[in-house]
Amino acid sequence: MSKDRENWRGSRDGFGEALVKLGEINPNVVVLTCDLSDSVRAESFKKKFPDRFFQFGVAEQNMMSIAAGMSLSGYIPYVCTYAVFSTGRCWEQLRMSVCYSDCNVKIEGSHGGILTGADGASHQATEDIGAIRVIPNLKVVVPCDAIEARKATIAAADIPGPVYIRVGREPIPVITTEETPFAFGKALVLREGKDVTVIACGVEVYESLLAAEELEKEGISVGVVNLHTIKPLDSETIVKLAKETGAIVTAEEHQAIGGLGGAVAELLGQRYPVPIEIVGIKDKFGVSGPSWELMKHFGLTSNEIKEAIRKVLDRK
Amino acid sequence: MEIGELKKKAKAIRIDIVKMIGTAGSGHPGGALSSADLMTVLYFDQLKHDPKDPWWKDRDRVIFSKGHSSALLYACLAESGYFPVEDLLTFRKLGSLLQGHPARNGLPGVEVSTGSLGQGLSVGVGMALGLRQSGKDSRVYVLLGDGECDEGQIWEAAMASGHYKLDNLCGILDYNRLQIDGFTEEVMNLEPLAQKWQDFGWEVINIDGHNCEEIISAYKKAKTVKGKPSLILAQTIKGKGVSYMENEAIWHGKAPKKEQMESAIKELEKDE
Ligand SMILES: Cc1ncc(C[n+]2csc(CCOP(=O)(O)OP(=O)(O)O)c2C)c(N)n1
Ligand SMILES: [Mg+2]
Repeated sequence: MSKDRENWRGSRDGFGEALVKLGEINPNVVVLTCDLSDSVRAESFKKKFPDRFFQFGVAEQNMMSIAAGMSLSGYIPYVCTYAVFSTGRCWEQLRMSVCYSDCNVKIEGSHGGILTGADGASHQATEDIGAIRVIPNLKVVVPCDAIEARKATIAAADIPGPVYIRVGREPIPVITTEETPFAFGKALVLREGKDVTVIACGVEVYESLLAAEELEKEGISVGVVNLHTIKPLDSETIVKLAKETGAIVTAEEHQAIGGLGGAVAELLGQRYPVPIEIVGIKDKFGVSGPSWELMKHFGLTSNEIKEAIRKVLDRK
Repeated sequence: MEIGELKKKAKAIRIDIVKMIGTAGSGHPGGALSSADLMTVLYFDQLKHDPKDPWWKDRDRVIFSKGHSSALLYACLAESGYFPVEDLLTFRKLGSLLQGHPARNGLPGVEVSTGSLGQGLSVGVGMALGLRQSGKDSRVYVLLGDGECDEGQIWEAAMASGHYKLDNLCGILDYNRLQIDGFTEEVMNLEPLAQKWQDFGWEVINIDGHNCEEIISAYKKAKTVKGKPSLILAQTIKGKGVSYMENEAIWHGKAPKKEQMESAIKELEKDE
């Protein structure tokens, strides 16, 4: 786990590398974007495969339905834009044109989360997971780093139907390696714990590992799970861990309402209720600021995860 | 305001923009500089407003539909006296009301939150309808980008404005022919652009968007147009005033480094 910032990378970089790889191995993959080629990391694909790259100008709703049409003509479109637009601006095109017809479209949500920084709330997607998790047929993946983003983006081509892949702009620690397994739909236990399990996605996996390391020194045994696939949810693993540790903390760079925490709470509330604490943004819009200061401002660091762990242990 | 004074203001505002974005280390200089003359003339010569009473109910309304030109909006507001010019350097910092994109968060002079392109004109239609409905003669000004006109919602709003004959609505289109991925002509062809607006029922006024005399007459003419909305279609240069930024797509959303900022300020100061 690299704490050396030089090796940190934005998960969008992994997404972009995957597009190029897919271009080489799958002739049906096409890339669509809306005036954001470089920001969403579609630029390399555009250079290498100009004939399979489609630019639609600043018109996301149009692009989303066009993607549905291209998939119905036999292609696998990767729709590339910011998460606020792919899940917000064209939510209904995603629901209706893409998901209702179960079209084989892959949707990028770039600039996911608060780490989008100085651009402010208009560009910080903090509601995307909640907004789209409710749409039938859609699968939702939130990779924890650039390497996992690459694996998830490549894997998505072989998963039939619509898949949403959330990635981020800000360089974050790379915590997986080429060898780390990535199985779509399967939670990855990174650390076994006896007292409590933290279930996280995205950059919060790193923050959770930090929290677990620090609490171990105080004699608290914390398990950490990388729940990269939020839908379909790996219910079996989550219920098993709830049984084993009897307390769950979730962490996500997203609203505390409706996201990963919501998904886990829905499951455990029905199948195996245990105390849960949800770490996320507390029903507020983002603001402009340096990315890592915003993590503190909105309570998304290992400190808040530690606090949540203490709280959940009190309730156990 | 006298022409010479307006030109001085525009220069001060361009310097503010460069300083704000340079100091913040992020932001969108290109489109802020291309719209600077259009907005300077609006704020300092044409707009009915009172910076000391920002929410005066009879004021004209301004919406930056291309919200990424926020630095220009804040500079116009500060130079008009809505808040201290020193506050401009808090742009994009944690705790500042001067958000990366305009937010209706209490900052005087910001009428509505923008930053997601294509929505501001519709908000303007709503304001114009409301003002007319309540018998007010305030006008609504909406600043638009040419790339922004790719959005379908722009044309939905254009159609509604024509339909409702909103002669209290004035669009200002910064036709700098650039968006993020390159020239509008290559990214998504907009032409014939003037014709499109006319077809939707608008009076189109073509001007050079850096010529203060032409800008003044355009606003004046728009005020006399009855029974339809007006669009000021302004030919501009993206990055205008800073030679290394002019007509360069790369300066859409990039902050100048310290030396670049200093050379830009020097160039702007010595101009004329
Ligand atoms: C709905 C939406 N899509 C994409 C973006 C990202 N974006 C910001 S500015 C911009 C290009 C705008 O070009 P233009 O309207 O010509 O602006 P200007 O040249 O005046 O800066 C894009 C695509 C956005 N802010 N909103
Ligand atoms: Mg433009």
